[in-house]
Amino acid sequence: MATTSQSDFTNQPDAQGHFGRYGGLFVAETLMGPLQELRDAYARYIKDETFLAELDADLRDYVGRPSSLYFASQLSRRCGGARIYLKREDLNHTGAHKINNTIGQALLAKRMGKRRIIAETGAGQHGVATATVAARLGLECVVYMGSVDMARQQANVYRMRMLGAKVVAVESGSKTLKDALNEAMRDWVTHVDNTFYIIGTVAGPHPYPAMVRDFQKVIGREARTQILQQAGKLPDALVACVGGGSNAIGLFHPFLNDTSVAIYGVEAAGEGLESGRHAAPLCAGRPGVLHGNRTYLMQDENGQIIETHSISAGLDYPGVGPEHAWLKESGRANYVAVTDQQALDAFHELTRREGIIPALESSHALAYAIELARGMGSDQIVLVNLSGRGDKDMHTVAALDGIQV
Amino acid sequence: MSRISRRFKQLEARHQTALIPFITAGDPNPEVTVPLMHALVAAGASLLELGVPFSDPMADGPVIQRANERALKHNISLRDVIGMVHRFREQDQDTPVVLMGYLNPIEALSYQKFAQLAGAAGVDGVITVDIPPEEAGEYLAELRAQQLDPIFLLAPTSDERRIKLICDAASGFVYYVSVKGTTGAASLAIGEVASKVFEIRKATKLPVGVGFGIKDPESAQAVAQVADAVIVGSVLVNQIEALAAQPEAIAPALASSISRMRSAMDLI
Repeated sequence: MATTSQSDFTNQPDAQGHFGRYGGLFVAETLMGPLQELRDAYARYIKDETFLAELDADLRDYVGRPSSLYFASQLSRRCGGARIYLKREDLNHTGAHKINNTIGQALLAKRMGKRRIIAETGAGQHGVATATVAARLGLECVVYMGSVDMARQQANVYRMRMLGAKVVAVESGSKTLKDALNEAMRDWVTHVDNTFYIIGTVAGPHPYPAMVRDFQKVIGREARTQILQQAGKLPDALVACVGGGSNAIGLFHPFLNDTSVAIYGVEAAGEGLESGRHAAPLCAGRPGVLHGNRTYLMQDENGQIIETHSISAGLDYPGVGPEHAWLKESGRANYVAVTDQQALDAFHELTRREGIIPALESSHALAYAIELARGMGSDQIVLVNLSGRGDKDMHTVAALDGIQV
Repeated sequence: MSRISRRFKQLEARHQTALIPFITAGDPNPEVTVPLMHALVAAGASLLELGVPFSDPMADGPVIQRANERALKHNISLRDVIGMVHRFREQDQDTPVVLMGYLNPIEALSYQKFAQLAGAAGVDGVITVDIPPEEAGEYLAELRAQQLDPIFLLAPTSDERRIKLICDAASGFVYYVSVKGTTGAASLAIGEVASKVFEIRKATKLPVGVGFGIKDPESAQAVAQVADAVIVGSVLVNQIEALAAQPEAIAPALASSISRMRSAMDLI
């Protein structure tokens, strides 16, 4: 069991995929063999120099890495507190951090001889990032998406189809991200021989939480080097939004042993934690087992998973990556929540002050960072992961202003 | 000896293969379930498999997913399902009942509380789809403390090492999932099933049940020639769905399906 006296926070998970008492491997027997095959392949290629060189070249030339670290001077001045730096994952190809992971997993799929790629998607960002790499590598691609989400994110559905992916509407359950994940798992169980399942976040059965984290750690590695170059010291605080938690763990992980750096994960409080209409399992849920791992969940007293609510489809998920559950329990990271309205205010604030339109997901991190910075000194630094750009959210924000785009 | 082992011994003495129908508890409404269980036994069911509704049944195909949704409209909880078994036991002390479901509702209740309630109500075994033996140490201890048989699934993707691991953790019987896929999937290939069952028998003396892809008396008969138990689910749940608006017709319709399968299996 983890405690606050732990000295190495980067040594998780154990060989069976446990982050403390979270994570693990909770799937039907049919998937146990294929997951072993995936673990073996991943363990082999993550140390393979040719694989890593190909990954690095793709991240540089195709994704556009390193993404910049930007000092938001206007926003910082408005806050009148700490200096706010933005890690610009919004500048990546396809507009978010998601592609860091899909590139890695697709290269792995190719090496494993799997010619068919499947994925789940909520807002469509992971679906687009998967369809993108599948197009480039010439792999068949099927994306599962809840029919409610398809209606909310029509532009991304069209984008995926243009890229050659088949987008399958999921009509079961709440018809959102969690149901899309269920359906992708069902597809995988049926086509395990030729199919690679690219999970988009740090959830799912072992090795996904560790593997997706490792592909996203590039965010934090770059940010750490960049802040030392630009500011000559480590930040005082890191802030990132947490749905499943892949952009957050990617930023946090390389800083975990820098214990002078405070870490904040920001969940979606939706209409307010007290309303019950939110997507904040770490702040207001309790541990359970879903989608292959043990973690904090939004569930009722009978263990049924309950519907979540957030203005941002990318945070609209009832679970969270097991490493976040462990970081919460170990005390190394703090988890907080901001409402739809707070996120919208931050969305407009960044757009007007810096000329950067953030994704609604990332706006949650910004909202908390602005609050945090206000209470800090001007010699202090808050580093925020701007995980994606807001183009996909234009119609959501416009609709709130009564405008149809 | 557990009720499950006793039942398999009786069947063996009569040279019969077990027939195990699956229904989801509370589908299409809670009043249907207990009378339906009795009707299935009267029609020739040897054991009963009762599905515990869950919001996210990842291993189930569309037919059983919809059954879960119908049951959850009535807020059927794990405690409610155990209550149904308790009522069933008031009239039937002999037919084993196995619960099939997912781990989270059991965790919500706690392993210990679940095992105590289920054991006291007369549940005999539990199939928990999403907990492999590697994660099940504490859970198995609680089940065994209440004489509940943990029944594990085996799949076409299970290699020799996993077959051994699973058979060693299981009691009552083992359940071979005959196809790669979800419940209600494509028809099984009997040749492949036979050779995998042969492989499983080398690892265990436990009876071997086969399920997934058994749709009619012919496929039930074919599987009965290689397995100790034939498990049939989606085809029955389909009938329930078709008759959801006239629930009084459900028990006679399913009884007729089971009795035709029983007759076909008894011809061998």
